[in-house]
Amino acid sequence: MKEIVVISGKGGTGKTSITASFALLGEKNVIVADCDVDAADMHLLLQPDWHFSEEFFSGVAAEIDQGKCIKCGKCANVCRFHAIPVIDKKYVINNLNCEGCGYCYQICPRDAITMVEQNVGKWFVSNIKTGSKMVHARLRSGADNSGKLVAKVKNEARKIAEKNGVGWILVDGSPGIGCPVVSSLSGADLVVLVTEPSVSGLHDLERVYELTKKFHLPSGCIINKADINPEVVGKIKTFLQKENITHLADLPYDETFTKAMTFGKTIIESGESEIKNTLQQIWKKINNLLTDEREKS
Amino acid sequence: MKIAFTAKDTDWNSPIDPRFGRTEFILIYDEEKDELSNFDNRAIEGVEHGAGPQTAQKMFDLNPDILVTGNGPGGNAARVLTQADIKIYAGAGEMTIKEAYEAFKNGKLNLV
Amino acid sequence: MKIAIASGKGGTGKTTLSTNLAHFLATSERVVLADLDVEEPNSGLFIRGELQLREDKFKQIPHWLKEECSLCGNCQKVCNFHAIIKLGKQIMVFPELCHSCFACSELCPAKALPMLPQKMGELKHFILAGIDFIESKLDIGQEQAVPLIAQTWEYVDAHFGNDRIKLFDSPPGTSCPVIEATKNADLVILITEPTPFGLHDLKLAVETMRELKKNFAVVINRFGIGNDDVIDYCGQEGIEILAKLPNDRRIAELYSRGELIYPKIPAFKAELQKIADYVLRLQIRSSK
Repeated sequence: MKEIVVISGKGGTGKTSITASFALLGEKNVIVADCDVDAADMHLLLQPDWHFSEEFFSGVAAEIDQGKCIKCGKCANVCRFHAIPVIDKKYVINNLNCEGCGYCYQICPRDAITMVEQNVGKWFVSNIKTGSKMVHARLRSGADNSGKLVAKVKNEARKIAEKNGVGWILVDGSPGIGCPVVSSLSGADLVVLVTEPSVSGLHDLERVYELTKKFHLPSGCIINKADINPEVVGKIKTFLQKENITHLADLPYDETFTKAMTFGKTIIESGESEIKNTLQQIWKKINNLLTDEREKS
Repeated sequence: MKIAFTAKDTDWNSPIDPRFGRTEFILIYDEEKDELSNFDNRAIEGVEHGAGPQTAQKMFDLNPDILVTGNGPGGNAARVLTQADIKIYAGAGEMTIKEAYEAFKNGKLNLV
Repeated sequence: MKIAIASGKGGTGKTTLSTNLAHFLATSERVVLADLDVEEPNSGLFIRGELQLREDKFKQIPHWLKEECSLCGNCQKVCNFHAIIKLGKQIMVFPELCHSCFACSELCPAKALPMLPQKMGELKHFILAGIDFIESKLDIGQEQAVPLIAQTWEYVDAHFGNDRIKLFDSPPGTSCPVIEATKNADLVILITEPTPFGLHDLKLAVETMRELKKNFAVVINRFGIGNDDVIDYCGQEGIEILAKLPNDRRIAELYSRGELIYPKIPAFKAELQKIADYVLRLQIRSSK
């Protein structure tokens, strides 16, 4: 099974629109995993039916049993996160601030504190309009976005791929450079970096690539909105060459992407266009890169 | 020598699990005794942060000399494995355990 | 007056708005702009001032004293983040995973784990006519944005008085770093684009703001693309729209070069003026 992970470092580069386009091109040969769990958007383009959902638990938060509490205040004294205020003369937990460290639980002389698993969101399996399936999730606001939900989404996608004999998994990765990105990348066979030629785009590309490097993964790059700034495109290409990243293609700044999105469609479904051709060529290149890898080993 | 593998199942035909921290099983092959044993690591799915070091700690308890894996461990796990003096060989991502063992013996994998 | 600029989705124009608004307001007010997107701060590419001060920022991490340790393993037992493990005769600490709760340190029977500061990022203070620009950046490998965001707020509160307009460019999304960045603001401006992605993520951001009971309003960016669903949504929810920044390819070009927009695009400047007026009216009202 092959896994393609699309990441971008910076938001707004077009990662999700491009990944959705690949889902359309891949049709039944790919299972889609939307790992951008903080702000999952793929479903707006792929018409999922949400037929399966499950609650997701991650992390713990403290709970005080007022019946057992003797109001000694030891818990509040040790809490470093301002999560145990006194309200109406009672020690209570501020759930938004509680980090789940469990120090209060360790220190309570009356065992009045328990650490309770937190329901931080849901994950879903859907049939999508390509005839294939997508695994996606929604993290609640204020939740700690660790790698766990991302890993869950990927795992479930893998299981479905195995069960249905599908060879490829296409992952819409998490933005940024933290834990969720690492989790998006682990197990990948090919990384596709989507960037834009702005000073901030290049800057974020370099930062996210430092992370990708650690996993020794073959990488390709798509420069979106390339005609906005040819000078920075040049700088990006130099960077790609230096780091041995395959330059997959340039895409022009084109509002057709956004127009298509407004109708819940990817650009693949919106008539013939140069962008569609380019995306088809990129998808072919990705196919080849992955097949080469297979032949090498 | 004892050789550990990150694996998706428990026999010689299992595919290698390309991940380290969240690998499903750890298989240990004891060359002297010609014995293949396994450790079920699937409980790691419940861990939010620190999956790498936790699995690495398990490796320390199992005490192999070598680890054969797919992508290679992340930074934290690698630290623990180095401390535990376990040599890491990566690049076996597409293989079965049997193939990975042969690749290792024939020097075809990369020492990390 | 403390204003946070946030959005559910990345790439909607937080940095474009914060940098242009800061610069625009600075012609008549004294402004502080803090970039709290500590994983990937970008405002500094648009506001290039002179460096006044650079500070390493630290978090407290347990430090193992081998000679004192009895190898009881209690530290590993009490750590909920797997940030400390006992490997044979060694205790290993993983600073990136540590949340600085102090449990292992204070519950160690041998007092073998004193908490010591370890660098996790840095804060830089720049000055450009009328603007004090604060940029904080996490070191690579550090995953916890929250402590650095909190320390940056502390710096701003400590160094600047209420006479200043303080703008905080937040990280995108709705998870804990965004909560930390916006929870103490007097006003949160949510910037979005008028597309299905923009609307979807705006709703998430609105949900978060309501949970935090924050005073908030919306700015629509790239107005002209997409559709009117965002406007309809705000109307239904009684959410004020402060401005509609225009959609113009030239804006993307200026942004890509690290240039400010409003000096060159009059339509953008006109909308920016509306936001500035709103902010100034709020400031006058709050000082009464």
